Amino acid sequence: MGTLIEEIFGRRAGRPVQAGEILLLDVDYIMSHDNTTPLAIKAFRDIGKPIHDKNRIVLHLDHAYPAPNVLAAENHKKIIEFVKEQDLPHFFHQGVCHQVMLEEGFITPGAIVIGADSHSNTYGAMGAFGAGLGSTEIGVAWVTGKCWFKVPETIRIELKGKAQPGVYAKDVMIYIAGMMGMDGGTYRSVEFGGEYIDNLPMHERIIFPNMSTEIGAKCGLIAADDVTIDYLENQTPAKGPFEKIQPVNPRYERVIEIDVATLAPQVACHPDVDNAKPLTEVEGLEVHEVYIGTCTNARYEDLEIVANMLKGKKVNPHTRVIVTPASNRIYKKALNNGLIEILMDAGCTVTGSGCGACIGRHGGILAAGERALTTMNRNFIGRMGSPLSEVYLASPATAAATALTGRITDPRKSLELIS
Amino acid sequence: MGKAWTFGENMNTDEIIPGRYNITIDPLELAKNVFCEVKPEYAKNVKPGDVIVGGQNFGCGSSREHAPIAIKGSQAKCIIAPSFARIFFRNCINIGLPILECPDAVADITEGDEVDVDLATGQIFNRTNGHQYQANALPDFVLKIAEAGGIVNFLKTHDIQELMS
Repeated sequence: MGTLIEEIFGRRAGRPVQAGEILLLDVDYIMSHDNTTPLAIKAFRDIGKPIHDKNRIVLHLDHAYPAPNVLAAENHKKIIEFVKEQDLPHFFHQGVCHQVMLEEGFITPGAIVIGADSHSNTYGAMGAFGAGLGSTEIGVAWVTGKCWFKVPETIRIELKGKAQPGVYAKDVMIYIAGMMGMDGGTYRSVEFGGEYIDNLPMHERIIFPNMSTEIGAKCGLIAADDVTIDYLENQTPAKGPFEKIQPVNPRYERVIEIDVATLAPQVACHPDVDNAKPLTEVEGLEVHEVYIGTCTNARYEDLEIVANMLKGKKVNPHTRVIVTPASNRIYKKALNNGLIEILMDAGCTVTGSGCGACIGRHGGILAAGERALTTMNRNFIGRMGSPLSEVYLASPATAAATALTGRITDPRKSLELIS
Repeated sequence: MGKAWTFGENMNTDEIIPGRYNITIDPLELAKNVFCEVKPEYAKNVKPGDVIVGGQNFGCGSSREHAPIAIKGSQAKCIIAPSFARIFFRNCINIGLPILECPDAVADITEGDEVDVDLATGQIFNRTNGHQYQANALPDFVLKIAEAGGIVNFLKTHDIQELMS
């Protein structure tokens, strides 16, 4: 009896649990990547005990992959040697960790998955608990198979209505970040539901838990339903049966209702995610780079939106337009279906999958004085390179419209929805 | 006793240590660039025992442990803030970097004040203006980790189940 997080944690604890309790729970998977694994290895070595269950460990190379310099290469080498030494079965270098976790079927309803990456909240899209932790705690979980959790209070975000054409889940989430602020969900589970979510395909749903991190949430959750089960059965190797865990007579700390029909495209302006504005307020602002990628918005359907808008056109010649599919699987599908050709013909640079540009490592670094509009989830000072650069966040459709003009542009114009 | 270094609200992990410096896990190397975007003079002038006084939601953003390690590497004694971002909070506890939630202290301390902190009791004394503040108490199991000097040290001699007992 409780909120979605109380239901998920209660099943694992084997008894009803309530917000405020502190639990020590078994975790299903423990994820880390090249940026965070070295410190986890250090913690593991320092503890000096064996791995609890190799099958629960999932490692990725994605944050500086392929290696842009010798230091990154040495880091990868160290991780690969560790994978060999410990004979770890789940090791990937085929795209952004969170996308690969979903594609490979590690994330199922009710699963408890921790990751040494703040956007591990993404897994909540499948009705699973996903949360980011630091590396030391990942090393601890390798040894113990467990993690402590304080059962969080829940904020329910009830999304009503139907979004206008040209307005996407990214716009809705940027609006929510602006409304709640960067610490509006701190220590909380944020449950996203309502008829808007019910009618949303999986690739759009993922954005809400993914960006719940940006409002400080411990986790962002969407209850599993037919859309979830369809995704798991048809797009992943996950084995059912899957339980559609739902909140039962939940007691919410707060319920926020939003009618998405009232929203226009949004932009999160430099330098904070909660600096959200309707696009019309910043329309026409020059950008030097458009970056379409990351765990937020580089899924096949996102690339399809962009390709449909750029088909037969050319991007602004003075704007670097970079497209990084979220995974090799997405890249391959986009290639086979002709999307990559459309993007390249329009003047986009398509790069191998990874997280490099999003953390200012490689694949789209900004110079001082430059401004980027991107589909990322974070726009902190210096995030994509020079501390004197600026990052604006928006939907893939806004990114495509902006790529054509080199200025922040309302996608509804390109989509011929408004004159 | 140490000098207070003050920072604003929502101090994020990119501002504590930008991603481009996360290529090392060496605390002293990381400490060279800690707060380089927002307060470059910190890394040059910080003295062992100095105290960081932050705003609400301190440490928001990435899960990167490089951020608290860089602060610990700078030999700051502790961080005082009204609230911490949750991953950063856990990271500090796990690596043995003391943190104190104390809105009163943050509201009253100004940069350069001389501050004494009793980590065991959570009492903070501002020698510059004579004011005293009391930090919020931490849960018992968090204190167990802190007393051991971090979760790694705790696990060397304890089973994880003992955290809850």
